[in-house]
Amino acid sequence: MIENIPNIRAGLQFGHEVAKQLGDVRLSACLMCRTCTAVCPITRLNDSFNPFRFVRLALFGYIEEVLESGLIWLCSNCYACQEKCPHGVRVTDLMTALKNLGIKTGHVPREVRLQMNIIKDHGRIYPIDEFDNKKREKLSLPSLPTSCEAVSTLFHENRE
Amino acid sequence: MTYAFFLGCTIPARSRSYEMSSRKVAEKLDFELRDMKEFICCGYPMKASDQVSSELMGAYNLSLAEKAGLDVCTLCSSCASYLTEVAYHLAEEGPKRDEVNKRLSRLGLEYKGDTKVRHFVRVLYEEVEPKEIKKYFKRDLGDLKIAVHYGCHYLKPSEIYDNFDLADHPKSIEKLVSMTGARVVSYAGEQNCCGGPLLPVDEKTALSLAREKLDAVSDVGADALCVVCPFCSVMYDSNQKTMLSGFGTKFDLPVLYLTQLLGLAMGFGKKELGLNMNVVKPTQLLKKYFI
Ligand code: SF4
Ligand code: SF4
Ligand code: SF4
Ligand code: SF4
Repeated sequence: MIENIPNIRAGLQFGHEVAKQLGDVRLSACLMCRTCTAVCPITRLNDSFNPFRFVRLALFGYIEEVLESGLIWLCSNCYACQEKCPHGVRVTDLMTALKNLGIKTGHVPREVRLQMNIIKDHGRIYPIDEFDNKKREKLSLPSLPTSCEAVSTLFHENRE
Repeated sequence: MTYAFFLGCTIPARSRSYEMSSRKVAEKLDFELRDMKEFICCGYPMKASDQVSSELMGAYNLSLAEKAGLDVCTLCSSCASYLTEVAYHLAEEGPKRDEVNKRLSRLGLEYKGDTKVRHFVRVLYEEVEPKEIKKYFKRDLGDLKIAVHYGCHYLKPSEIYDNFDLADHPKSIEKLVSMTGARVVSYAGEQNCCGGPLLPVDEKTALSLAREKLDAVSDVGADALCVVCPFCSVMYDSNQKTMLSGFGTKFDLPVLYLTQLLGLAMGFGKKELGLNMNVVKPTQLLKKYFI
């Protein structure tokens, strides 16, 4: 529970630093109605996942704690919370921003990192090979490129 | 009407039946879906890891369409949502677009903010008159009860979609299904997410979410669940097998793309629509029409 976390002041200071990195997600507009949690499909199945709590923890600067828990990766990005928040808090955007911070600080599931690397290398999550193109041909579908130059040009120098 | 056809990564590799049936439906209605070999992933799966790079990928695709003088048409709801979102953020001139264009200039490209993005289903809903589409129907699907899964990204986040349908009480897909004569049945939890994005992180929760919907849809006696996104299809069609081994639950509920249903009404054959490629075979359903 938020009430149990010590050092609110230390957290607040850190909070101002990271608030910038979270972008304009309007955390301070939250009036604690918990609608976000009520509509979240993940909370329904796993009550340790709770968008309202992420909003409050982020507001008070406890980003490290949130990232370390690894829970944010359970968010399916369904937008139910953001659509329903009566006070305009950008809850889903917060989740995305937290995930981005998770990558920067190394708190990220292996699968997510792998997927990111595949896309940066191939431009697709499922790269097309000759075998795929043969199958496509059989179904009278046009063949697709099996490699992609554009991504490396777009991304070089900000590669992982 | 001509669109730059954005296939994305999943459809050409994993959901070819969706691609085939969509091409058939488009052909029949005289829409040109122009293949664009340079298109890459829309960028959506990188949004969680690296928003700057993902937006760049989106903008790259948008700029290619813009250069060809075409709007984009997608089949995948996540491609639609993400590309629409990027177009929405880059519509106005400003530092954000300048940043993106600095990178795009390496490839001799520039994004001027003019590309519109449309899900194919939205195109059908907005641009084809019901009268027009019905002219092409050869089979009356009046014997079918169909449940519709809109999924999340077809209409959300709603702020980017200029209200072509209501995220809360959507009706566009139902309308298209009803035109075939099929009866649309409602069920509990229609708005619920399929859980797809969770699959690599927490399979059990992901499958539990999908199972809830399959339960609800089976309870109302639907002949099939209609989807408009390849990820939703993976969750509900491909994973019925996994649910049988994981939870011991057998559903045997066919999951059809809207384009497969429309294609059936248009009189196309099973193989032309890739209906033989569905994991749960729609055998009973097809039998009603001697297919
Ligand atoms: S719905 Fe909005 S206001 Fe209510 S608790 Fe969640 S974030 Fe706060
Ligand atoms: S976007 Fe994430 S946090 Fe919000 S309702 Fe969906 S799963 Fe829950
Ligand atoms: S949504 Fe997924 S499949 Fe579609 S292009 Fe984007 S990444 Fe690829
Ligand atoms: S229902 Fe699932 S796959 Fe379909 S759009 Fe929503 S999250 Fe994506």
